[in-house]
Amino acid sequence: MTAGPTGSGDGPDIAAGRLGADRLSDNFADIHPPLDRATALIEASRCYFCYDAPCVEACPTGIDIPSFIRSIQTGNERGSAKTILDANIMGGTCSRVCPVEELCEQACVRNTQEDKPVTIGALQRFATDRLFESGARPYSRAAPTGRTVAAVGAGPAGMACAHRLSLLGHDAVVFEARPKGGGLNEYGIAAYKVPGGFAQRELDFILSLGGIEMRYGQALGRDVTLADLRRDHDAVFLGLGHTAVRALGAEGEDMDGVIDAVDYIAELRQADPSTLPVGRRVVVIGGGNTAIDIATQVKLLGAEDVTLVYRRGPAQMSATWKEQRWTQTNGVRVKYFAQPRRLIGWSRNGRSHVKEVEFEYTQLDDQGRLTGTGDTFTLLADQVFKAIGQLFVPSALADGGAEPLEIAGDRIAVNADRQTSLPDVFAGGDCVAGTDLTVSAVEDGKRAAIAIDRMLRAG
Amino acid sequence: MADLSNDFVGIKSPNPFWLASAPPTDKQYNVERAFRAGWGGVVWKTLGEDPPIVNVSSRYGAIQYNGTRVAGFNNIELITDRPLDVNLREIKAVKKDWPDRAMIVSLMVPCTEAAWKAILARVDDTEADGIELNFGCPHGMSERGMGSAVGQVPDYVEMVTRWCKQNTRMPVIVKLTPNITDVLGPARAAKAGGADAVSLINTIQSVMSIDLDAMAPTPTVDGKGTHGGYCGPAVKPIALRMVGQIGRDPDCDGLPISGIGGISTWREAAEFMTMGAGNVQVCTAAMTHGFKIVEDMNSGLATWMDGKGYATTDAFFRAAVPNFVEWQDLNMNFKTIAQIDQDLCIKCGKCYIACEDTSHQSIAALRDGSGRRYEIIDEECVGCNLCQHVCPVDDCITMRPVDTGKPHMTWPQDPRNPLRDAAE
Repeated sequence: MTAGPTGSGDGPDIAAGRLGADRLSDNFADIHPPLDRATALIEASRCYFCYDAPCVEACPTGIDIPSFIRSIQTGNERGSAKTILDANIMGGTCSRVCPVEELCEQACVRNTQEDKPVTIGALQRFATDRLFESGARPYSRAAPTGRTVAAVGAGPAGMACAHRLSLLGHDAVVFEARPKGGGLNEYGIAAYKVPGGFAQRELDFILSLGGIEMRYGQALGRDVTLADLRRDHDAVFLGLGHTAVRALGAEGEDMDGVIDAVDYIAELRQADPSTLPVGRRVVVIGGGNTAIDIATQVKLLGAEDVTLVYRRGPAQMSATWKEQRWTQTNGVRVKYFAQPRRLIGWSRNGRSHVKEVEFEYTQLDDQGRLTGTGDTFTLLADQVFKAIGQLFVPSALADGGAEPLEIAGDRIAVNADRQTSLPDVFAGGDCVAGTDLTVSAVEDGKRAAIAIDRMLRAG
Repeated sequence: MADLSNDFVGIKSPNPFWLASAPPTDKQYNVERAFRAGWGGVVWKTLGEDPPIVNVSSRYGAIQYNGTRVAGFNNIELITDRPLDVNLREIKAVKKDWPDRAMIVSLMVPCTEAAWKAILARVDDTEADGIELNFGCPHGMSERGMGSAVGQVPDYVEMVTRWCKQNTRMPVIVKLTPNITDVLGPARAAKAGGADAVSLINTIQSVMSIDLDAMAPTPTVDGKGTHGGYCGPAVKPIALRMVGQIGRDPDCDGLPISGIGGISTWREAAEFMTMGAGNVQVCTAAMTHGFKIVEDMNSGLATWMDGKGYATTDAFFRAAVPNFVEWQDLNMNFKTIAQIDQDLCIKCGKCYIACEDTSHQSIAALRDGSGRRYEIIDEECVGCNLCQHVCPVDDCITMRPVDTGKPHMTWPQDPRNPLRDAAE
């Protein structure tokens, strides 16, 4: 069953294994191969060791970047990695996935001088990779306090919190709904950014500290309640992540072939890529990193035509300029200023499968509001991926009669210590307000752990 | 186009760039390659008495600095390890084939007149243009009573120089060691002995590094290391000072100087020549990059001279000597303060932290709506230049002379000087 490029076939063209094993292996190899030592030394020597360095301020976890780079220069690679991990225990993942072009590297003074920042992310990866390769275990726990803290969610927020708590002498118990830990590091980030099972290696490194008990297959609201956790532990940290995907709000979006990008990426991260069914023509709707990741990965899986459609312009896209360039370099066509109106399907055996998507052109008015122009166009699509954002839906917290958590907007409300309206309950990561970045989640977990420690020692 | 031709104590070469006595000038093969590449002359690697010395395996050490290879270099090689006959035959052959290039022969024999007389006669026969007395080698040979062991004793320098002058037709260049408290001692002794010129500096005694696994100095010979002779870009300031000292010394009275020490580029060559060097010798840069670097040395020097309107190297020879003075001759009333070009500033804060931690607290670190801003506190600035040196942006921090309205006044004239000459 195939359809010609003009869409004259009799059904959707979806197939697995469009590319050979070698091509797939190349396509999903490391996006930015690691620096070798000689290159790292040259790059490290470009760092000016600034006073009051702007890069540090730009890092959500406040890594002492000039110091870790200087340690690379002096051959103190283990000390360098320790400087990174002291501030950000997931410094290895962050070195691979952080949008450094909008964080540390954007702040680098070399941009002002020569439009070429020190490649901080690559250097951070160099240092942390060396540490992991050495097998060294640079951390040990403080004297046991006898206190236990529950963390819900084994993603960056939950694991950063658990690690810091364990360091400080508390026991942590992590409840994770999925069969593996790592959260979006394991299930969400594009495969070519963290190849080689890095998320699990990093998790193993974190767990090697001891004092962290992992309970997989335990979902809040299903297997355990917040009230249980509060009863059984001295404090609770909620690192629930996103729990739902936004709907397009377009007619026909429930037909076959319309897929949540996050679900597909999760499957891709766990599967042999040659087994994943991929359309010949694919439309991706959205403007964030998930949209970029799904579009690029589907293209790399062998889709012939991939079009990413975003309702606003390049400047409004939450995916960075570098991400936008990356997906286009990989052959994805990006169309700005159009929104989906209606999906049109093939009718087959009483079900419909998407065949094309009708978009309306959009524009921003003087006040920056988005309006449709009334003009439309249609794209043929064997698959449509929805990537227009994720939501935190607090249903897991609905705890029949228990004290409710205060919600702000559509996230859990927290103060600067990441403390919720319940004094023994803290929260961080994607379920609280802020940028939806790994590095921010790690900072949330770290700050919450420090606050929990302070609270437990005071009490 | 500027004329680069050089006449050094009567020895002519098409340009002022000679290769110093060292491994690059050890044999005919290398020297012919150097001449083909364009070098103006060579000082053949030091000849000694037969039997030739024996070298060890593992001979060079180097300093790498921030990714720059061979920022400093040292060696524990000795003089030529080839038979005297072989060297003399090759010197003669090369000179015959390359009559327009300078051929200087470096010599080192035990401290007896007979030994010097004997070797001079044999070198004369090669038609070489001159000899250089190796009174500088600071390792291996010095322990045998030669090299810097002679160069460190002005009386010996004068004595051997006189022997040579009495026993050869060739100009005598005395190569000086920097491993001495005052280089003027041996320089004046060389002049007293009748030397036609001095050349300096030879290498500096050094231990390059310790291998922290082997717990031994590098270069390491079977687990042990010894001091070597330091050279390369890092030694240039030491050499430049010594050349200038001799250049301005009234007793040396214009004694010709062949400048040596870390010279890698035309610019450094020009600097040495302004301080009194009639020509320069190069080694480490050639050992690092090959002989081809002489092309840029030639074209760079000529281009610079054209820009300055210098027709020959004589036009700038010794030009900086009158301005190289003792500290007490500096103007105490001169004042300069730093100035930051805010448009060029990249906000790295290096000037601030250098001044704040280690100097005079004369820079303010400000934060305002537009971000970081670093400003000189004029009244605190003593004009030390530290901020200018640590600033990574060219011309961002400049030193601005301030008109104090005060006359030129040296320290001997300064009323703050407790030892001021009452007559001033």
